[in-house]
Amino acid sequence: MAFDPDVRWRLHHQVAVRPEPFGALLYHFGTRKLSFLKNTTIVEVVNSIGDHPDARSACRAAGIDDAQQAPYLHALRVLAESKMLVTGEA
Amino acid sequence: MEPNQVDGNETGAAPAATSGAELVTETLVEEVSIDGMCGVY
Amino acid sequence: MTSLQPVPRLVEQFEHGLDAPICLTWELTYACNLACVHCLSSSGKRDPRELTTQQCKDIIDELERMQVFYVNIGGGEPTVRPDFWELVDYATAHHVGVKFSTNGVRITPEVAKRLAASDYVDVQISLDGATAEVNDAVRGAGSFAMAIRALENLAEAGFKDAKISVVVTRHNVDQLDEFAALAARYGATLRITRLRPSGRGADVWDELHPTAEQQVQLYDWLVAKGDRVLTGDSFFHLSGLGEPGALAGLNLCGAGRVVCLIDPVGDVYACPFAIHDRFLAGNILSDSGFGSGFANVWKNAPLFRELREPQSAGACSSCGHYDSCRGGCMAAKFFTGLPLDGPDPECVEGYGAPALAQERVKPKSSVDHSRAKPVMLKLLTKPPARLCNESPV
Repeated sequence: MAFDPDVRWRLHHQVAVRPEPFGALLYHFGTRKLSFLKNTTIVEVVNSIGDHPDARSACRAAGIDDAQQAPYLHALRVLAESKMLVTGEA
Repeated sequence: MEPNQVDGNETGAAPAATSGAELVTETLVEEVSIDGMCGVY
Repeated sequence: MTSLQPVPRLVEQFEHGLDAPICLTWELTYACNLACVHCLSSSGKRDPRELTTQQCKDIIDELERMQVFYVNIGGGEPTVRPDFWELVDYATAHHVGVKFSTNGVRITPEVAKRLAASDYVDVQISLDGATAEVNDAVRGAGSFAMAIRALENLAEAGFKDAKISVVVTRHNVDQLDEFAALAARYGATLRITRLRPSGRGADVWDELHPTAEQQVQLYDWLVAKGDRVLTGDSFFHLSGLGEPGALAGLNLCGAGRVVCLIDPVGDVYACPFAIHDRFLAGNILSDSGFGSGFANVWKNAPLFRELREPQSAGACSSCGHYDSCRGGCMAAKFFTGLPLDGPDPECVEGYGAPALAQERVKPKSSVDHSRAKPVMLKLLTKPPARLCNESPV
């Protein structure tokens, strides 16, 4: 699926975020899928993404320069493909 | 619902592709099946 | 140019253990209407010290606080507990997803309908043969029919994606395609797992475990046709048969690191295949010096701290496969009397075979709730009332 970084994203309401020292575990109670976020920056992006108009702004707010966003946007795409992240208003 | 399957484990995961020549050798997200841990019934 | 914070290897993080399990097995009762010859928990008779409903709810509250996402409820036969549905509902209402393992005894059409209406309860039906002949030899007369009826009732009620869980033995490894067909017929997902020499399994392991040739057959089948088949990551000991990563799963022993067992009397073991004092971490009801309750046991038990230390490869250190097989299964080695820092009894290079041929002491667990002799299947309406069924004379 195409991941559009220029629209608003949010965590699916059935997703739980469990912080870990090195990142976080995400679990989707509907799909039973488990995702492991491997640094605290991506965790910050994921936790705050619903507060920003688009994914790129969420990355910037977490201290990621535009030039460094690629791996973060890739991670967000993976989460979107697993329905951990969804578009639109809650 | 799709069966729970691992999309990529540590040794088998492909590097994340970036637009530049440099490859990121570890991805920031890994998916693990809830059934993918040994020691559960 | 990208620069990232250091990204840890997933497997390394898990090997050191987490602050809470990711999922765990919770045996609710040792009572069971069946007497399978290979029962990993040596179930049959209810233990009089079985946790009360309130004690179980207290555990669920802790699991919720710890954010344990998923519990696999088993036993014995968990559905024979009168409070089974109350506990399942309590768990799902408290953010703990549930899969329960059952032989199907209580999966009536009404129960199936109720399950179909829930989003957070997964059902796993145990089956060890694709035919009654193969299955019932291990699980008892009528058990195949009972499991199939449960699957039919679930399918009829619109329950989606039940699991059929098979323990692979010498006698059913030729039926893998038939198992897959069974799963397809009932809209279920097939799950195949390793036979461990645990519980009563220790007594039958020598005759029932797959041969070396059959292991290759099993591995090849998983690689070719295992795309939609679950394994509970129980075949990582076979990973030396092919490319690293060919089998799905973390490929590591999760015991005490990301999983554990809570047993019917509140004992916490490293994993359900390791019910023995050697792998007993503590008890949720009593404080053995590191606090009571599940969270304290998980975080502080000396056994778990030991398991979360780097493990030595020991005798396997010179083997090129060690990275992918990690020396195999701790429980398999323990209960066959092999050293824990050596090869798995089913080591694909055959390094376990000489040790198996020798005189060895097979540890026996003091935890045994088996009935005195195997019973023909009866559908019990209530569990056995007495722990001891020997004649008092």
